[in-house]
Amino acid sequence: MRPLSEAELAEAVAGATGPLVVRGGGTRTIGHAVGEVLETSGLTGIELYEPGALTLVVKAGTSVAEVDRVLAGERQRLAFEVPDLCDLLGRTGASTIGGVVAANASGPRRVQVGAARDALLGVRFVDGAGVVVKNGGRVMKNVTGYDLAKLMAGSRGTLGVLTEVSFKVQALPEVEATLVVEGLGDEAGLAVLRQALGSPFDISGAARLSGRSLIRVEGMAGSVAYRLDQLRGRIGGDASVAEGGDSASLWRAVRDVTPFQGKPGAVWRIITMPTAAAEIVARLEAEAIWDWGGGLVWLRTDLGRGAEVAAAVAGRGHATLVRGEGGRAFPASAPEVAALVAGLKAKFDPRGILNAGMVA
Amino acid sequence: MDMPAPDLGVIARKARTVARLRGVLGPDSVIDAPEELRVYECDALTAYRCPPMAAVLPRTTDEVSRLLRICWEEGVPVVPRGSGTSLAGGAMPTADCVILGVARMNAVLETDYENRFIRVQSGRTNLSVSGAVEAEGFFYAPDPSSQLACAIAGNIAMNSGGAHCLKYGVTTNNLLGVTLVQMDGTVVTLGGPWGDPAGLDLLGVVCGSEGQLGVVTEAYLRILPKPEGARPVLVGFNSNEVAGACVADIIRAGLLPVAIEFMDRPCIRATEAFAKAGYPDCEALLIIEVEGSEAEISEQLGRIRQIALAHDPVEFREAEDEDQAKRIWLGRKSAFGAMGQINDYMCLDGTIPVSSLPHVLKRIGEMSAQFGLDVGNVFHAGDGNMHPLILFDANKPGDLEKCEAFGAEILKLCVEVGGCLTGEHGVGIEKRDLMSVQFSAADMEAQMRVKDVFDPKWLLNPAKVFPLATSAARRAG
Repeated sequence: MRPLSEAELAEAVAGATGPLVVRGGGTRTIGHAVGEVLETSGLTGIELYEPGALTLVVKAGTSVAEVDRVLAGERQRLAFEVPDLCDLLGRTGASTIGGVVAANASGPRRVQVGAARDALLGVRFVDGAGVVVKNGGRVMKNVTGYDLAKLMAGSRGTLGVLTEVSFKVQALPEVEATLVVEGLGDEAGLAVLRQALGSPFDISGAARLSGRSLIRVEGMAGSVAYRLDQLRGRIGGDASVAEGGDSASLWRAVRDVTPFQGKPGAVWRIITMPTAAAEIVARLEAEAIWDWGGGLVWLRTDLGRGAEVAAAVAGRGHATLVRGEGGRAFPASAPEVAALVAGLKAKFDPRGILNAGMVA
Repeated sequence: MDMPAPDLGVIARKARTVARLRGVLGPDSVIDAPEELRVYECDALTAYRCPPMAAVLPRTTDEVSRLLRICWEEGVPVVPRGSGTSLAGGAMPTADCVILGVARMNAVLETDYENRFIRVQSGRTNLSVSGAVEAEGFFYAPDPSSQLACAIAGNIAMNSGGAHCLKYGVTTNNLLGVTLVQMDGTVVTLGGPWGDPAGLDLLGVVCGSEGQLGVVTEAYLRILPKPEGARPVLVGFNSNEVAGACVADIIRAGLLPVAIEFMDRPCIRATEAFAKAGYPDCEALLIIEVEGSEAEISEQLGRIRQIALAHDPVEFREAEDEDQAKRIWLGRKSAFGAMGQINDYMCLDGTIPVSSLPHVLKRIGEMSAQFGLDVGNVFHAGDGNMHPLILFDANKPGDLEKCEAFGAEILKLCVEVGGCLTGEHGVGIEKRDLMSVQFSAADMEAQMRVKDVFDPKWLLNPAKVFPLATSAARRAG
């Protein structure tokens, strides 16, 4: 099914007789949902864009490429740096903005500006009974009623089908540059990232890729030069600077997990405390890319090591299997949390038809 | 403003409930003498008062869990209270309720500079969180005006903002995890000292749920390294439209000041009479603050000056030193006090799209004449969060009602132009009955379903947020 309006989509959900697999572009879907495919790609278009208020309202099936294009026309962007996982996951298709919200997909700049959910100002969605619900809005500060927009962000289509999303957007910086620190082991290389994040120099990216520690600063030219200089002085060692397009391509590689593309095995996305990251990777003896100063670890392992990964992460974060066979994709919750999640699922999707089995 | 009739059965069982609570908490943590309960009869929305049946002051998560279990078994409503600074009546009691005050739970449990978080008990005041990490060069970003007094528990309940949230976000953007106790005593940990949640973002919906989903006893908060410095400029304009256009141009230019504050003429005049900060007598005034090193500040202010001068301001004043910076902020920080000198006031906090600013200010001016009540506007212009202060005389019969009617019209206008009823104060009882202006029945139903899951008996802060008629069937249980 591919409804062309919110009303059609609501009708389709209300009239569904079996499980539905909710799909935007299908470029970042994980888990094991089965059923008839319900595509949102028919709901497209920019509803409202006010560059002077940094506000964008867009229908959920609009492609990320289109959103990027429109924003770039006004020298603006989505601040949270949307990852493109097509090559990592072996998918084709056009990623949709609704899918980005449903996955709460955020890239390297999360350390500075927060995740997709932090830029999300409001949503419209169709719940599992086919009822249209709106929450939040288009203004930056809004505490009117419960924040269901946050609940929808990252809910992977299990509570409702997003039809419209609104964001706070960001102006493009004048320049970007990256301090590239070489010659350090993982433990020391990650310590450098934490040191940078603990400095007042407003870091917009802190990652470790292929044996190099990367620290990004963005903003006005004079300010970027000043901060790079300060960081270099504090960190010392063997550091060079990548500017403009060279800097941008480094961060695309981090964002899209480029080094793992085309390589075999399972890929895990581990959320943890920065100080725990090196030890987790050392224990699992696997190839890693560190982002968010170590708070996000992309790990490539042999298939079938799910129990080991879960054990290594236990108590200090969680791991999601984004690529690979066998076992559940999403981490299990504590029983009292699982009870709340099950309760919400039963309320928002009483028939259990939306992406059933996805998070099991 | 109506509150539901107290449950007489609950009040009849008061002695038994209080005895059970004393059994768990000890004698010094349960208050039931009428004269001592007066302290809890209202929060910062002082127009409405009602002493609770009892108040409890637990010291630990375990005590909170056990006392809530007792209240759940006895069917007693519980109203959580941080420091009681809510302007929306979020901690307003009913005669049959137990007030759960978190004031004694104010410890710092853990600070971790490498991972950039602090874990605190929820009764800790906002400013003292920053105080705990200041020596290491860190701070906690959300800065509500009441930050000297307000508790993190209340900040989380209301998703509090502040003057500097243009750059740093509000509470929900700086909250990493909580320990939450549900009404039946179940203790849940949501989030933790790391980034994304493991599954549904339950933390995101708990933040801003006005104490209706559970009682937060501990929180992991993001701490940030302090900027090297900060400096404000003051820009005066002879029209609200031009001031609004200047704000939009600054934002469009890609500059990100940490604060852009706006004051209109009635507010400027009131604060000048009160605080004598030396503000120009003009239609609209902006205070814009930027952060960074000396060189970075100069670079940003240079750009802001360029943009502002293109709008032909009546004054552009840059702070040359710390003292001048303080004077620029003095009037803004005295604004509420200055208005309070003139008369009683009601402070609203609807948010509007920044582009609607001139239209909304014009309409508020017209309504002010119509209602015969003066109003001054001071607000966070960068994010459209308004703070109209309506002056009235609490001793004059009918004035409060007139003021509330005026306030309701302003909030309806905010919604009409694409904004919302409340940007940072919360709904509480104050805006409860206006919710249907912003939300459809289905929208509110979806929100109430969340409460059904966390608090099926609707015992936690039950008479807030949703119009009484809308929540009646659920509260009747």
